[in-house]
Formats: sequence, C-alpha cells, structure tokens
Amino acid sequence: MSSTPNSYRIGPDERGHFGIFGGRYVAETLMPLILDLEKAYNEAKADPQFQGELKYLLTQYAGRPSPLYFAQRLTEKLGGAKIYLKRDELNHTGSHKINNVLGQVLLAKRMGKTRVIAETGAGQHGVATATVCALFDIPCVVFMGSVDVDRQAPNVARMKMLGAEVRPVTAGASTLKDAMNEALRDWVATCENTFYCIGTVAGPHPYPAMVRDFQCVIGDEVRKQMMEAEGRLPDTLVACIGGGSNAMGLFHPFLDDPTVRIFGVEAAGRGLDTEEHAASLTGGRPGVLHGNRTYLLQDREGQITEAHSISAGLDYPGIGPEHSWLKETGRVEYVSATDDEAVEAFQLLCKLEGIIPALESSHAVAYAAKLAPTLPKDNLLVINLSGRGDKDVPQIAERLGMKI
Amino acid sequence: MSRIEKRFAQLKADKRAGLVTYITAGDPDAEISYQILKGLPAAGADLIELGMPFTDPMADGPSIQLAGQRALKAGMTVDKTFDMVRRFRKETGDNDTPILLMGYYNLIYQRGPEKFCKDAAAAGVDGFILVDLPPEEADELKPHATANGLDTVLLTAPTTDDVRLPAVLKFASGFVYFVSVLGITGTKSATEEAVRTHVERIKRHTRLPVGVGFGIRTPEQAAAVARHADAAVVGTAIIDHVKAGLDDKGKAKPELVPGVFAYIKALADGVRGVRKA
Repeated sequence: MSSTPNSYRIGPDERGHFGIFGGRYVAETLMPLILDLEKAYNEAKADPQFQGELKYLLTQYAGRPSPLYFAQRLTEKLGGAKIYLKRDELNHTGSHKINNVLGQVLLAKRMGKTRVIAETGAGQHGVATATVCALFDIPCVVFMGSVDVDRQAPNVARMKMLGAEVRPVTAGASTLKDAMNEALRDWVATCENTFYCIGTVAGPHPYPAMVRDFQCVIGDEVRKQMMEAEGRLPDTLVACIGGGSNAMGLFHPFLDDPTVRIFGVEAAGRGLDTEEHAASLTGGRPGVLHGNRTYLLQDREGQITEAHSISAGLDYPGIGPEHSWLKETGRVEYVSATDDEAVEAFQLLCKLEGIIPALESSHAVAYAAKLAPTLPKDNLLVINLSGRGDKDVPQIAERLGMKI
Repeated sequence: MSRIEKRFAQLKADKRAGLVTYITAGDPDAEISYQILKGLPAAGADLIELGMPFTDPMADGPSIQLAGQRALKAGMTVDKTFDMVRRFRKETGDNDTPILLMGYYNLIYQRGPEKFCKDAAAAGVDGFILVDLPPEEADELKPHATANGLDTVLLTAPTTDDVRLPAVLKFASGFVYFVSVLGITGTKSATEEAVRTHVERIKRHTRLPVGVGFGIRTPEQAAAVARHADAAVVGTAIIDHVKAGLDDKGKAKPELVPGVFAYIKALADGVRGVRKA
C-alpha cells in the first residue's frame, strides 16, 4: 500500500478492485446482471453517439458547464487563499447528482430496462433520478429512509410531483444505509427489467468507476476554467464526502498533478470523539457492505454502526472504495467538519456571497474556512459547491429558532 | 469425506431427499435458540443452517431481518454462535448432522478468513453459505476453508446461466444451493416445473447434490421440491414459527420450541414421503 503508483487514475482493475478495496460482493442472483451492466457501460463509454447524447443533455438540459466563480468577499473575509466556488448547485435539480443520473438513465434506456430504482439520503439523488425518468418516461421508485423523508420534506414533494414513487424505509436507523439495503432487495427481485441507478461512487463494480466517470465532468471543467481564469492549475481542492461522488468528480482529473493538494471533508457530526459522526475514513476500518470493500463504521465483530450527520446526504457509515484507496495511498487528505461548523459555514456563505449552500456542501465550506487563512494569497483554492440549500431551509430555520 | 458428503450419501442410500432447516443463531435469545438447535435433528432436519445475525442483511426479507435484529438485541455474537455449535456437538453427541453457517462476509472478514475458518472448524461447523460472496470474491476465503475441512456451498440463481455455472461450481463443495426465485428470502415461491428444469440444468454441470430454497412454506411444497432436488431448504417459514411463539414483550412462550418442532416434523414428513430412485 505504501509504494506510490505510477498513476492514481488507472483504477480499478478488471475485477473492480482499487488496491484491496471495491469488488463485487453481491448475491449470485445479481452477479450476471452486474456483469451485463459492466459490458453495456464499457460499450456505451466507447460509443460517440452515447457520449454525444450525454453531452447534449448535460449542456442543454442540466445547464453545464457550471461556473467557476471567484468568491471575492469570502476570500477577503478569510484573508488567505484565493477562493473559487465550483457552482454545481446551479445545475438543473440543484446539485451535482444530475451529472451521474443522466448518464445512468441513458444507459438504462440503451439496455432496454423499463423501470428505474434509486436510493436517496438528502433527496438530491432521488430528485435527479425522478427528473430524468420523467424526461424519458420511465417509471421510477425511490427508496428513502423514513427519518430522511421527515427532514427533507421539500425533496419528497418534488419527487412525487415529478411522478416518482417514494418508498419510506423504516428498517435500522431509517436513513441512507437502510434505503440502499431496501433498493438492493428490490433489485434482486426485479433485476430482469429494472435498472438500479446508484447515486454515489459506491456499490459493486462497475458502479464506483461508472459514477466517477460521469461526475468527472466537474473536475474536467474546473481544469479548463482555472486555466482560463488564472492561466494555471488550482493549488487546493476541497469537497465534502458522504459516499463521495462530487468529491471524486472534482478530484479524479487532478490526481496525477502532484502540485494540487486535495482535501475530502467527512461529516464529524457531533464530534469525532463522540459516537455520533459519519467519518468512516477517520473513524472506521475496512469492511464489506453494499457490494464493495471499503472503510466502514462498525463494531469489533463487523456489525455496521449507525452514522450521524446533520446532513442527510452525508449520513452514511461507508464511503466509495476509491476514496479508501486514495486515503491509504496518501494522495488525498481526509479531514472533517462538525454539524455546528457546517451550520456556521452555511450562514457565512449566505451572508457573504448570497448563496445558500446545501448542508452537505457546507461541510466543504467549513473546512475551507479553516484552511484558507493558513495559505498564501496566491494559493488558488476550489470548493466544490455540490448542492444548493433550498431543501435545508426548514431544518436550518428551526435550528436557528426562526419561524417560517 | 466431510459430514455434508456423508449425509448426502446416506440420503441417497435411503432413497430420499433431505430437509435443510435454517434458524437465526440467538433468535429470540441464545438459550431458546440453542434449545431449538438441539432438537432439530430429532424433529427431522437432515442438515442445519445457522444464520449469523448481521445488521444489514441485504438479501433477506422482513422475517429474517427481524430475527437478526432480535438476536443482536439479545446480545448474539460470532463467538456465541460458535459456542452454540460446540455445545450441540458435546451435549447431543451428534457428530453426523452437518451444520453450516449462513450469513454475510463482513463478519468473516473482520475476524480474518483464516482465523474464522480455524475457529469454526474447531467448534464443529461444517461449511459456509455466504450470500454476498460470489465466486469472483471467494478466493480470499476458499483456501482457508479447504485447509480446515470446511465446505463452501455456493448459491446459484435462475439468472446463473449455463455459461456462468461452471465458474460458480468451481468454488462449490458439499452441495449446490439453488435459489429458486428472483428475490429476497421468504417472499415468492417457484413452480415445481421451474424447480425441475433448473435442477436438471445444474445437474448437467455437476455431480454435487443440489438443494433448493427460497419460498418453501408447506409440507406439500417441500415434497414437490424433494421430487426433483436432493434437499429442500426452509428458512423464513421456520422463523415465522419462532416469531409466532413470542409474547407481546418478545419473550418466548412455553409453546414456542414445541411449535417449531411440530412444524419441522410436518415438513420432514412431506420430504420423506417422496421415494427417490
């Protein structure tokens, strides 16, 4: 693990492993389907027509490229690095999730699948999936933990308006992990006609690589936009991590640029010294769940423990396997921000820049706010603003004692 | 010869199929669960699957999910599961009935495949059925299982076609477990015709016995499977009888254990009523 690979961008291997991480730990019923999916994806990836259609939808439907915006007031306030915001919250449906969903639903259509299922935490992936399924007239079922159904009510209403069926999941802690279990259970029974649209860089191979590929549009754009704005690459990248798809999309195109320092920000919940956090890389260890080997929050025996985060989208006891590998190779630095720090950062960005960030992305802002003052003024720092915070307004208002 | 091989050889000599019964270790608590385990062979079980409770049983339906939660809440652990098996071998003197551990790979991975296999074999376990360990990932466990004399029963599904079957069978020993429906445990049942077709197909690829599970609830269904397969596997319906024996507070009523045995005896009668060539 300690030797430096020639490239950080060549994984996974043909069996879907990033070092010891990743793989395909699924029921035999699903294995043949997953092998089919891998084949279909590899063919689509190499097909100019598929790529052309995806590019068209990303541009004309989702509104890409998203701007790379120089946050002047935030930069002045923090008094260090020059901060840019990658405005993926401006995408149609309000987050980076649409990048991946457009790709997967196009693939579902190409494979002749007639039904799409998805899991969702904050509801952003659920909304994106419901949206694209409406566009392509494909029936859509979204599994969502009942706790998340309550705390992300606006997104539940959006999914329903878009024609999706939302199935609340009451098993376990009734959050994202349980929604994913239930989606996998549905898929085992329906795999012949159903496409499982996973929302993050986790699950069995080829999902971690496929979702990453679809999200790499974020980092590819940043590379180009920063060259145009500053004539050089950024020095620092910061993104929040639940499963880690927005982070992987930003990071991956820069992994082989050694001058770029990269930070993934996990949710520290009520603190890493408590048991109430969602920092699987910092507080967990390798294990097998949801089809892949990765860092997990678990007890000594291997029973999965409940994560906690104020942000439903980060409230997951695992993380994408490629992040686990990047942690062990040391290429990416994994840090964390607490619930309180995220809420503070949420307000900071509202007041200084007139941007309401998602609670998930607020974790990235929170860490950047600590990091930026320690860096020189010519350090170009990019925060991935992966989602907008409209969905979080009721929750934050309540926390701040506002009446709405 | 492993206990599993011996048991299937005996069944063949007796010209009948076997009954494989699943219970979740520690459901509803360690002691009641042991009382059930102890009496399974007398009730008519030919092989025993002992489920290791896991927080995230993604291939299981509501019945077995809840059984796992009851067991974990009552403090079940992997060590206590080994203790159950050790106690069974010692107290009953039954050195013939195979016991397979069924569950999810993370519990094995956390202990370490080598140590897990050593500990399991020392306790008197005969093999594994691991739901989320397809042949593609089995090479980490297989050498340690083999070195400790443990069989690895692999699952095949209706989606496992003739091209893929040999790859699955390469890692299989003991018997082959055919999951007869698309879906999680305890939700749907296959038709007798579908079972016949798939068992014949699998047998064209292997000389291992074939057990069929998922969705078997009645003695008639068990008998229908027994006509075509070497064993019928029943899980959810047994767990439902465990649950039916719990009071409002989740405590075992006196009729729980006898109720489970009576049900298993009816299943066994169904299976044993089928004479095989």
